Amino acid sequence: MALDRPARRRKGGIDLNGRRGLWLFLIPAAAIYIFIVLYPSIQGAALSFTDWNGLDPVKNFIGWDNYVKLFHDPKALASVWHTLVIAITIMIVQNLVGLLIALGVNSKIKSRNVLRVIFFAPAVITPVATGYLWQNLLGQKGAVNEFLSFFGVPPTTWLGDQSTAIWAICVVIIWQFAGYSMVIFLANLQGIPREIIEASMVDGAGPIRRFWSIVRPELAPSITINLMLSIIGGLKIFDQVWVMTGGGPGGSTETMSTFLYKNAFQFGDFAYGIAIAVVLAILVGIISGGQFVILGRQNRGSK
Amino acid sequence: MQRYTWKTGILEAVMILTAVVFFIPLYVLIVTALKEPNDPGGSLALPAKVTLQNFADAWNQGHLGNALGNSAIVTICSVVILIVFSSLAAYPLARITKRWSKLAFIGFMIGLLLPFQLALIPLYQTMRDLHLLGTVWALVLFYAGLQMPFSIFLYTGFLRALPIEYEEAAAIDGAGLLTTFWRVLFPLLRPITGTVAILNVITIWNDFLTPLLYLSGSGQQTVPVAIYAFVGQYVSQWNLVFAGLIISIFPILLVYFLLQKTVIQGFASGLKG
Repeated sequence: MALDRPARRRKGGIDLNGRRGLWLFLIPAAAIYIFIVLYPSIQGAALSFTDWNGLDPVKNFIGWDNYVKLFHDPKALASVWHTLVIAITIMIVQNLVGLLIALGVNSKIKSRNVLRVIFFAPAVITPVATGYLWQNLLGQKGAVNEFLSFFGVPPTTWLGDQSTAIWAICVVIIWQFAGYSMVIFLANLQGIPREIIEASMVDGAGPIRRFWSIVRPELAPSITINLMLSIIGGLKIFDQVWVMTGGGPGGSTETMSTFLYKNAFQFGDFAYGIAIAVVLAILVGIISGGQFVILGRQNRGSK
Repeated sequence: MQRYTWKTGILEAVMILTAVVFFIPLYVLIVTALKEPNDPGGSLALPAKVTLQNFADAWNQGHLGNALGNSAIVTICSVVILIVFSSLAAYPLARITKRWSKLAFIGFMIGLLLPFQLALIPLYQTMRDLHLLGTVWALVLFYAGLQMPFSIFLYTGFLRALPIEYEEAAAIDGAGLLTTFWRVLFPLLRPITGTVAILNVITIWNDFLTPLLYLSGSGQQTVPVAIYAFVGQYVSQWNLVFAGLIISIFPILLVYFLLQKTVIQGFASGLKG
């Protein structure tokens, strides 16, 4: 990433370190950032140790009670589990699909430019809209059942069945964001010399193994970014779940985001909702931090 | 693979077929919106009789005009604030090599890890106390803060790779810092400004949870919330609902198709830093 690329400095040139007042340029951004993100986040973390309901001015310090409650609440634990299932499924499948499409589009085929635009289009569409679109497609009389009936598959209410709903949601998210992964892989692929890719794909013997040993190391930067983006996106997922199932049926698609929303804004348990948000923040922090370290080491090793 | 061989032909066919499958949901969206409510065909069939009535009804009954206006105001105002403030902040962050500058950069980057729900709830109270709740300005302020770390990340990365000679020339001419920034540096930042604008426009336009909370009960809505309310009201009248969905995603898709190369490059290069 560009982070570790230092600015080119000529000897004898001016040193902006000495320019007084340059730091003032930070103030507007810092003020908004502290007011909107940093301070309320700290405030939120502190409120998770109270019993505040969000309305009364009264709040009592109750220590770790909200967190203890969370780890004994089967619904909360289920929401953590569902969130992990969705995040990991998306991380694997979305990137696999994205990579295959990117490899297909990064070739001599004539339709490559048009295809790129089509594959990426779902990624810019409002998730609420794609959620409703798919709610219809996955319904009893929807296009998915109609399509599957050509192959003799009996109709299923994909979003209404506890065993299929969570997977149906994953399909929707993967459909929407596979193009996103594709674009990032593609940018990386275009920076690799053509001969390397051709050498790995054209020859008959074991194209998969050749891909693995020749192209994959070159793709390390985009793999890092794609894995991080997809798992963080998956952990925070709210919109699609909220409009398609609202966490149902029977809580089978309740994620941490929908669960915290319900607690904070529908059940009047603000502090508990915030405690869930804190756990989500820690989860995101641990996973993205850990991933960054591991993959960063891998990147250096492969170069 | 320098020439177009039969293998390339097979690949082309497979890729087109995949694209067709990917496009089916959008095809269903379009044909359903063009059908009359009593259309006899299945969801994959073309309309028996094409009608535009659904679009007129959705426009009037969904208050979509008002929502599109609000979304446009919120998106444009927050993106302008983001571009000005984050590019300004990136200047010292990229050029000053002292310890505090690095710490400030890390401070901003912490914001990339925090899930926004954490700040959303306490901030709700602050917005209420400031009487901003229920107005689009609560959203503008919120997005400006929320997207600041990512925008600063992009600008700083770009600036660090930019040679310092231009600024030196301006400094020798005796130009002040702000003049140097605005006249010399900002024009050079154009490629990354495009990326910052595109990524923020799409994120902000599509956001659902924030306006759902901050605008609820105010009569003001942004597009995603208007769709949510609209579908809640006309549930299972899919022809009408789909027409509403098309109207609501039209602006963003139009921008996408007009600027597709820039948008795709923006997503790719922006995320590579």
